[in-house]
Amino acid sequence: MDDRRLETIIGRLLQVGVLLAAAMVTFGALAYLVQHHADRVDYRHFVSGGPGICAFPGIVSSAAHFESLGIIQLGLLILIATPVARVGLAIAGFALERDRLYTVVSVIVLLILLASLMHAT
Amino acid sequence: MTALEFTVVVWALSALAGFLGALTGLGGGVVVVPALTLALGVDMKYAIGASLVSVIATSSGAAAAYVREGFSNIRIGMFLEIATTIGAVLGAFLASRFSTHALAIVFGLILLQAAYLSFKGTPESAERVASDALAARLRLGGTYPVAGSPQTYGVRNVPAGLAMMFGAGALSGLLGIGSGAVKVIAMDRVMRIPFKVSTTTSNFMIGVTAAASAGLYLKHGYIDPRVAMPVMLGVLAGALVGAKLLVHMRVKTLRMVFGAVILALAIEMIVNGITGKV
Repeated sequence: MDDRRLETIIGRLLQVGVLLAAAMVTFGALAYLVQHHADRVDYRHFVSGGPGICAFPGIVSSAAHFESLGIIQLGLLILIATPVARVGLAIAGFALERDRLYTVVSVIVLLILLASLMHAT
Repeated sequence: MTALEFTVVVWALSALAGFLGALTGLGGGVVVVPALTLALGVDMKYAIGASLVSVIATSSGAAAAYVREGFSNIRIGMFLEIATTIGAVLGAFLASRFSTHALAIVFGLILLQAAYLSFKGTPESAERVASDALAARLRLGGTYPVAGSPQTYGVRNVPAGLAMMFGAGALSGLLGIGSGAVKVIAMDRVMRIPFKVSTTTSNFMIGVTAAASAGLYLKHGYIDPRVAMPVMLGVLAGALVGAKLLVHMRVKTLRMVFGAVILALAIEMIVNGITGKV
């Protein structure tokens, strides 16, 4: 497998991830607007913590209860996962090519991403 | 404003931002953040959280198309991402320490630079170079199609490129933008990578860089689903249409108009930041 073919597969998978995320966000958005379309909204002042779905467990349980904001946020999580998946797939591809240097480089990038995402658990 | 009105207006503004961002190559983030804060009075922190999410959407969504053209270089991208992701984590950390006013002023300065780039354009640096010792050891060079046949290119100044990428990552994490313009300058000007390879590789890198800030953004509550939802859907739709139209449009005139709009936004952002209105 050469770099080009590897990238094409990765690119396709990313697109599928984005479409899946967009579909989920759209679904959550419709549910939210049906229930809350007439609510007064004001985002002039940042409220730390927001609507209380900032961490993975809260998002998943909110979405599992079919709460609209939880569904939107889960869709956004899928979106955030697409570049992470891209790095993971690159690791597999470089390992298949027996390219030690770039397998290690990709693992370093993945570890940085995962360490950062740990903040939201 | 009701939730429905807010969602529709933000979606429309974001679609326009994504459209213009794709046509000019500057990305949607640089327009969407000032549009939300200046036009709708949305707090900067919600705006940069929503923008960060939309940056990931455009980067991942366009990846397949860019790969097909055969310009992007996954080795260069992956290697430089070590610097952009570390920078992004630092930037996202700083975003929670900065006041909204300070963020607005820094954002305004970045907009000034984007306006400058729009007016000036980016002429392709024509002559190709051989890789220097470090780039050769890292096997960063590659080939790209020129008039149908593959041409080889080398890479230089890896340490300086890494330093700039760290800065690009920090700006991305601080302001919720892709900072593609800085990435392209680092690759094209500093590392002597062909312009087409630089822009497509930059697009691929932007999503990974933004994902590195996402954990801290989520933790601090910057990514509010009610704001991020219309921004993400709007920017994505606008960017897809923009990318399709790109080949048919006179980009030069458009870039001048875009540059003027960004310049106005930059000044308003800085003034509002200083007077404490944002």
